[in-house]
Amino acid sequence: MVKLDWPKHGEAALLGKRHSRIDGVAKASGAAKYAYDIVEENMVLARALGCPHAHCRIKSIDVSPALKVPGVVAAEALKKPGDEIQWQGDLVAVVAGETEGAVAEGLAAIKVQYEILDVFVKDDDLEAAQKAGRTRRAGQSTKLERDIPEDVEDEEEWEEKELQRLFDQCDVVVEGEYGIPVITHMCLEPHGSTCVWEGDKLIAHLSTQNVSGTPGQFAGPLGIPVTDVTVHCDFIGGGFGSKFAADVWGVAAARLAKKLGRPVQLMLDRDLELKNAGTRPSGFIKVKVGADRNGVVKVWDSHHWGTYGIGGGVVSQGVIPYVFDPPNRRRRATGIRVNAAPGRAWRAPNHPQGAVLSQCAYDDIARALGIDSMEVFIRNLPTVSNGKADVYREQIEIAAKLMDWKAKWHPHGKGPREGSVVTGLGMALHTWGGAAHNSTAELKIHPDGAVEIFLGSQDLGTGTRTVIALVVAETLGLYPDQVRVNIGWSTYPRSGPSGGSTTVGGVSESSRRAATAALNQLLQKVAPKLGVPAERLVARDGRIVDAQNPETSISWKQACSLLGMEPIVAKGEYRRGRTKTNLSSSQVAGVQMAEVAVDLETGVVKMKKFVAVQDMGLIINRKTAESQVLGGVIMGIAYALFEERILDPQTGAFLNAELSDYSLPRLGDVGEIVVHLYEPPEEYERGVVGLGEPPVISPGAAISNAVCNATGVRVPRLPLTPKRVLDALARAQKG
Amino acid sequence: MKNFEYAAPRTEQDALALLSPRRDEVALLAGGTDLIPLMKKMILTPRRVVNLKNISTMRGVQRLSDFIVLGAVTPLDELADSPHLEPFPAVRQVIANLGSMQMQCQMTLGGELCRRPQCWYFRNGYGLLAQNGRLVEQGDNRYHAILGNEGPAKFVSASRLAPPLIALGAQVRVLGPEPDQQRWLPLEQLYRIPRSEEQRELTLLPNQMITHVRLPVESARWANASYEIKHGAGPQAPLATASVAVRMDSAGMVQQVRVVMGHVAPVPWPSPEAEQALRGQVITPEVAEQAGAAAVAAATPLSENQYKVQLAKTAVKRALLLAAGLETGGL
Repeated sequence: MVKLDWPKHGEAALLGKRHSRIDGVAKASGAAKYAYDIVEENMVLARALGCPHAHCRIKSIDVSPALKVPGVVAAEALKKPGDEIQWQGDLVAVVAGETEGAVAEGLAAIKVQYEILDVFVKDDDLEAAQKAGRTRRAGQSTKLERDIPEDVEDEEEWEEKELQRLFDQCDVVVEGEYGIPVITHMCLEPHGSTCVWEGDKLIAHLSTQNVSGTPGQFAGPLGIPVTDVTVHCDFIGGGFGSKFAADVWGVAAARLAKKLGRPVQLMLDRDLELKNAGTRPSGFIKVKVGADRNGVVKVWDSHHWGTYGIGGGVVSQGVIPYVFDPPNRRRRATGIRVNAAPGRAWRAPNHPQGAVLSQCAYDDIARALGIDSMEVFIRNLPTVSNGKADVYREQIEIAAKLMDWKAKWHPHGKGPREGSVVTGLGMALHTWGGAAHNSTAELKIHPDGAVEIFLGSQDLGTGTRTVIALVVAETLGLYPDQVRVNIGWSTYPRSGPSGGSTTVGGVSESSRRAATAALNQLLQKVAPKLGVPAERLVARDGRIVDAQNPETSISWKQACSLLGMEPIVAKGEYRRGRTKTNLSSSQVAGVQMAEVAVDLETGVVKMKKFVAVQDMGLIINRKTAESQVLGGVIMGIAYALFEERILDPQTGAFLNAELSDYSLPRLGDVGEIVVHLYEPPEEYERGVVGLGEPPVISPGAAISNAVCNATGVRVPRLPLTPKRVLDALARAQKG
Repeated sequence: MKNFEYAAPRTEQDALALLSPRRDEVALLAGGTDLIPLMKKMILTPRRVVNLKNISTMRGVQRLSDFIVLGAVTPLDELADSPHLEPFPAVRQVIANLGSMQMQCQMTLGGELCRRPQCWYFRNGYGLLAQNGRLVEQGDNRYHAILGNEGPAKFVSASRLAPPLIALGAQVRVLGPEPDQQRWLPLEQLYRIPRSEEQRELTLLPNQMITHVRLPVESARWANASYEIKHGAGPQAPLATASVAVRMDSAGMVQQVRVVMGHVAPVPWPSPEAEQALRGQVITPEVAEQAGAAAVAAATPLSENQYKVQLAKTAVKRALLLAAGLETGGL
C-alpha cells in the first residue's frame, strides 16, 4: 500500500522541480479556446447597452426601434420603468444581431427616458460624504492593555483618555493620512459567455473562476433544474476574483439563445466591463501612531473610510493595522456609498489596502526617528498577529541580502542625489490563509496504461492543469505528459471556485487522494503476479517495483494490462475542516522590498529592483510558483504606480474606462524582479498552501515607502503618479 | 460602430471627390488607430469612410531641392527609418517614444497630425468642449491645458509630431475643396483653439484634406530635439512635451530658435518667451532652465494640473540640453 503523505523532503521525483505548463504550447500558439473564442454554427452576437448616467430613474424604455434595424434579431430590456440606476454603465438592455454593426445600431436605436438624480462619487472625501448623507458606520473596536476600571461610566471617554495617556508616554507620535483608490480588475478577456441550447439543456461557455458553482446561477433565474445546465471553461483571460458569477449578462445571453433557438455570444465591451464587472474597494485612513525610541509601536488610533460602490462597505477593520497588532489600538471604519458598481473580490481582498494603510505609517515612524525602516519592521515583529515572527525574521534577512539593503540604505530623504534623481528603499510584509478548498477528483487507470483525471475545477492561468498532472504523475511514478487532465466542465466531480488561493491545495488534495487510491488497487493486482506483498510495492520511473528488491519489477503498461477489461476508477475527496490531512495547510508570511528612483523635476517614479521572498509550504511546480509571484508583483507595481478608476465628480461618469485611458505598466516599467521561494524543510512538511494572493499584497506599501525614503516626503495616496509626487513635493516645500 | 459606406480611392482627386461639405459625414481613414476607437464609441458616426492608404502619391519620403516631402499616409516606422529624416532627431525621438511597435507601424503621419483630442470628456461623448468647458473646469482636469485655456477649449492638442515639425518649419499641403485648389500652409496654421462646439481643433474644411508635409532642407542644419515627459513606457499620451530647433554660430551662440510645447494647450504651443530668453545665448543648463521658466511664465493651470507647469518647464529645458548635446539628467 502506498501512503497518502507526500514523499519525504528531497525524495520527490517531480514535485518542487521546474516544469513547463502542459498547456503552454496551446496557449502560445492560439490553439487554446477562451470563452471569447468559442464560435458556434449559426451563432448571433449580443451586446449590452449601458446607462449613460450615474444615478437616475428609468421613466420609460422602448427596445422596439432596435428590432427595426436590419440584422437585429432580438432586443430585451433588462430594466423597467421606475427602476433606479446607481452607476454609469449599469446594463439596461441587450440586443442580438447578425453582425457587430447591426447590434451597435440596434443598441443606439433603443429609446430610454431617464430622470436624473443626484450623484455622489467622492469616496476619498469623508466630510463631503457625511454632508451628502452617504456614510455608514462600519464598526469600531478598541483593544487596550489596561482593563477598564469597573466604576467607569462612560467607557468611550475613558478609552479616549487612556489613548491620550499612552500617546503622551511615547517617544515619537506620527500622524498620517494614506490612501489607495478603487481600481478595476481589467481582465484582458472581458466577462461573458457563449450560450448554446440543446433542447431543454443549456451549455454555457462561460469565462469563469467557478465552473462547478455557476450552473445553479443560470438555472435559478431561467427556472430550469440545475441538472439541465452545463458550464464549460477551458481557459480564462483573467478573473482575479471578479468571475465567480453567471451575472445578469450571462443569464441574458442564455435567455436570448433560448428565445432565438440559436447560440448567442455576449461579451461585455471594455467600458461596460470596467463599469460593471469588478472593482477593488478603496481605502483612506487618518492614523495616529505612537512608538518608543526604538520604533516599537505602543499605540495605534485610526479611522478609515472608502467604498465598495453603492453598497457602501469598506475595507475590513480586521486588516487595520495590518499584520502587526500593537498592544493598544483603536480603529474605526466608515463606509461610503458612491454611485458606482459594487466592488468584487480582488486578489487578496482587503489585504493590499491593509498593507498600504498600515505599513506606510510604520515606515513613517522610521522616518520620524531617522532609523532604518527594516530595523523598525524587525523590532515590531513580536507583535505580528499570525504567529510567524520567526519566519518573517528569516525572510527579511534573505530579502535584505538579495536587495543589498544594508549597503544601499540611507535615512529618508538623505540619500545621494544625481542631478534631479534620488533613489530609495522600502519594504512591507503580508500574510494570507490559502487553505485548500473542497475538491473531488475522479481518476481512471485504463488497461492500456492510459491515465486520466476529472475535476470540475478551472485553470485561471496559474498552472492548475499542470499541478494536477504533476501530482498524479508523482503518485503513479509517471511523467506529467502521461496524465490526461480533464477540467473545465461542471459535469465533472465538483471542485471549489478558484478564489483566495485555495485551488492548488484543493486540487492537489483530491488528485493525490484519487491517484493513491487507484494505485493501491493496481498494486493489489500486481502483487500476485510479482509474488510480492502489495505493501512492498511502489510506483516509480514508469514501473511497479518491489521496494526491498528493485530487481523485481514490472512496467506500468504491463501492470495495467493485468486489469483485463475494466479500468480502475477511484475517487479522491477533500472537505475543508472535515478531512484529516497532512497534504495541505494554511497561513503564509512573505516579505517584499522595493528599490525605486524618483526624478524630482518630473515626479516620475521608476522601479529599479524588487525582491519578493515568499513561503507557500510545499512547492509543487517551482516554475509556475515563481511565475505566480512575478505576476503578483507586476500587478502590485501596476496599482502602486499606475492604476486608478477615475470618476467625474459632477456626472459620476467613469472617465478612464478604456484601455487607452486606464494606465497600466509595460514591461519597461517593472524593473528587475527577484523572486525567492522560501522553502526550508519545515515548510515542505506543512504541505501545500495557496500562493495566488500573497505576492500582490505588499507592493503598494513597499513602493510607497521606497518613494518616501528616496524623497523624504510621503506621497499619501497611490498610485504614485508624476502629479501626486510633484504635488506632494510642492506641499512639502511650502511646509 | 454604425454601419457605413466604404471607399478606397487610388488618387488624391478621387478621394477629394468623396468628401462632403457637411462636417462628420465623411471620415478619412489612414492607420485607423484614432478613428476606429472613436467610431466604436459612436463619438463619430460617419456615413462614409474614405480609406486613403491606397493613394500611392501620398506615401513615402522624397528629397527635392528645397524641401523634404513626406506623404501623409506614410507609416511612422517608415518615416523613422528614412535616411532623409536622419537630420531630424526631434521627429525620430517622438516616433521611437511612442512605446508600441504596433502603433509605430500602424499610425500615419497625417493621421497623427489630425488625431482628435484624448480629453476624456470628449471621448465619453460630452462634446469637444465638454459643455463649454464647464465640465473640465469643475471636473477632473489633471491632463488638460495649462496654456491657451482661457476660452471654452481646455483639451490638449493630441499630436506628438506637430511640435517637432512646427519647430522645424514644416508646411502642410491642403487640398480642396475645389479639385484644383491646393496650398502649402505653415503647419501651425492647421491648428486652432475652437471657440464653439461647431468649430474644430483643425482649420481644415470638411471637404479639404492634407496630403503632404514638407520640411525645408535648410532646417536639417539646425540642431533639434524633442523631450517628452511620460508616465510609464506605454503608448499613452505624454504629460507634456517640448521640441526645439536651434541655429547656432560656430561659438555655439543661438542665432535662431524655435521652441514648441506639446500637450500643454489646445494647440501645439510655440513659446516666443523661451525663444527670446535664448537668442544670443550659449545653451548651458542655466540658460535652458531660464528658457523653461520663460515658457511657462504665463501658464494658467486648472484646479488639478498645476504639476504640468513644472513638467512643461522641464520638457523645454531638457529638449534644449538634448539639442545642445548636453546631459539632460532625469529618468
